[in-house]
Amino acid sequence: MEITVTVNGAPRTADVEPRMLLVHLIRETFGLTGTHIGCDTTSCGACTVLLDGVPVKSCTLFGVQADGRSITTVEGLASGGELHPIQAAFKEHHGLQCGYCTPGMMLVGAALIERNPAPSEEEVRFAISGNICRCTGYMNIVKAIQAAAASKAGAGADEPAA
Amino acid sequence: MLPSRFEYHRAETLDEALSLLATYGEDAKVLAGGQSLIPMMKLRFAYPGHLVDVNRVPGLDGIEERDGALRIGALVRHHALETSELIRSRYPTIAAAAPQIADPLVRNLGTIGGSIAHADPAGDLASVMLALGATVVLRSSGGSRELPLREFLVDTFTTQIRPDEMLTEIVVPAAEPSSGGTYLKQERKVGDWATVGVAVALTLRDGRIARAGIGLTSVGLTNLEATEAEEALAGAEPTDEAFAEAARLAAAAAHPVSDVRGSAEYKRHVVDVYVRRGLARAREMAAA
Ligand SMILES: Cc1cc2nc3c(=O)[nH]c(=O)nc-3n(C[C@H](O)[C@H](O)[C@H](O)COP(=O)(O)OP(=O)(O)OC[C@H]3O[C@@H](n4cnc5c(N)ncnc54)[C@H](O)[C@@H]3O)c2cc1C
Ligand code: FES
Ligand code: FES
Repeated sequence: MEITVTVNGAPRTADVEPRMLLVHLIRETFGLTGTHIGCDTTSCGACTVLLDGVPVKSCTLFGVQADGRSITTVEGLASGGELHPIQAAFKEHHGLQCGYCTPGMMLVGAALIERNPAPSEEEVRFAISGNICRCTGYMNIVKAIQAAAASKAGAGADEPAA
Repeated sequence: MLPSRFEYHRAETLDEALSLLATYGEDAKVLAGGQSLIPMMKLRFAYPGHLVDVNRVPGLDGIEERDGALRIGALVRHHALETSELIRSRYPTIAAAAPQIADPLVRNLGTIGGSIAHADPAGDLASVMLALGATVVLRSSGGSRELPLREFLVDTFTTQIRPDEMLTEIVVPAAEPSSGGTYLKQERKVGDWATVGVAVALTLRDGRIARAGIGLTSVGLTNLEATEAEEALAGAEPTDEAFAEAARLAAAAAHPVSDVRGSAEYKRHVVDVYVRRGLARAREMAAA
């Protein structure tokens, strides 16, 4: 089946079998291997991508379901050689160790601070509760997401009012 | 894990979805949130020949009160229930359950229609809807029918739905004054299914219980309605003693099995504790 998906802002077409999972479409057909596969059973969140801005587990969605829709993967966070505030904050606050969960954590964090510019620690922990990290103990992930929110809000304040 | 091959049909309208179901019958499955169906297909517990994707069918995602009833469209995502102002302000049993289902990412896709049609006795929303006395609307190309949820649920993963039918709406009697409710769930971790879940809904009138609803999760072949406990409460004064008796009856109606989440005896005990605790909380809300 022929589909067109907007991936990180650019339209991509592919001819796929309906049973191909979105995560395989992204990794194998589009070659974007920043989206990881952990459990393959909808439990870990390593495969998280944004579907029209909403975080979902791409191991539990068929690629054909993304036809005509827009996907953001971790590769789509940085723009023009600049790290996204969430990436800068993960780097600054040591929000990762092995990095396996990191793309998912950053995408969930980016989506959260998009709709909640100053999330509390509790709100961050609730938002990432579908994403498992086996390394960090979550402390620095939470810190990084809150710091990203603060830096994004700060950057916004510097912009001249429209 | 790769599911077996299937043909994919994307329905753009309800009529189109129903006509596809009529054409492919037993060999077709509705694809809603996919959060139960796709995992089962990956494990090859399910291998439908045709999937009818209804995610783009318009008009099935409403949450509204109309003609004395709350009507929830089958495609309402768990996240939409969790964030609905109408639900938060008037339907505390639903509001308490929604954020406890699965995890936030699964809730962005999973739907109420899928949860109820799937008929997993560990599903949270069916217990809530039993406690609230809900009915389900089933549509086919030939027409529609409405069934009380307690009749709709037949066995684990088995309902009264026909292969050519789709569940389109869940209908709940509108919230009455002086009512309250909650959902208490024991889970080992976020994203786990309930070890035990108890949904409670209570309406008081003139110092007595006008209606009590109790739904139980993960303690039987289907979500269970504790009807004997409900009947014992109807008309009684909302005392701790009446609640304790109802809890005893609900625990007796539960048929838990021992598994990794706990022994049958333990689960029965949790039912008893949660029914008492849930009723007490509902009474507080009803009196407020
Ligand atoms: C990791 C994980 C944890 C979970 N934890 C919980 C939990 O704690 N509590 C809980 O309640 N649920 C839990 N779920 C299940 C989740 O709530 C599902 O979303 C829900 O059970 C099914 O809804 P769906 O829209 O995804 O349905 P789908 O997966 O699309 O469909 C499920 C079944 O229902 C049928 N169906 C779907 N919609 C309709 C319709 N409108 N008419 C007729 N048939 C239909 C399908 O054909 C299929 O047979 C969990 C899921 C996962 C992956
Ligand atoms: S790989 Fe998708 S949730 Fe773990
Ligand atoms: S950094 Fe290793 S799993 Fe999170």
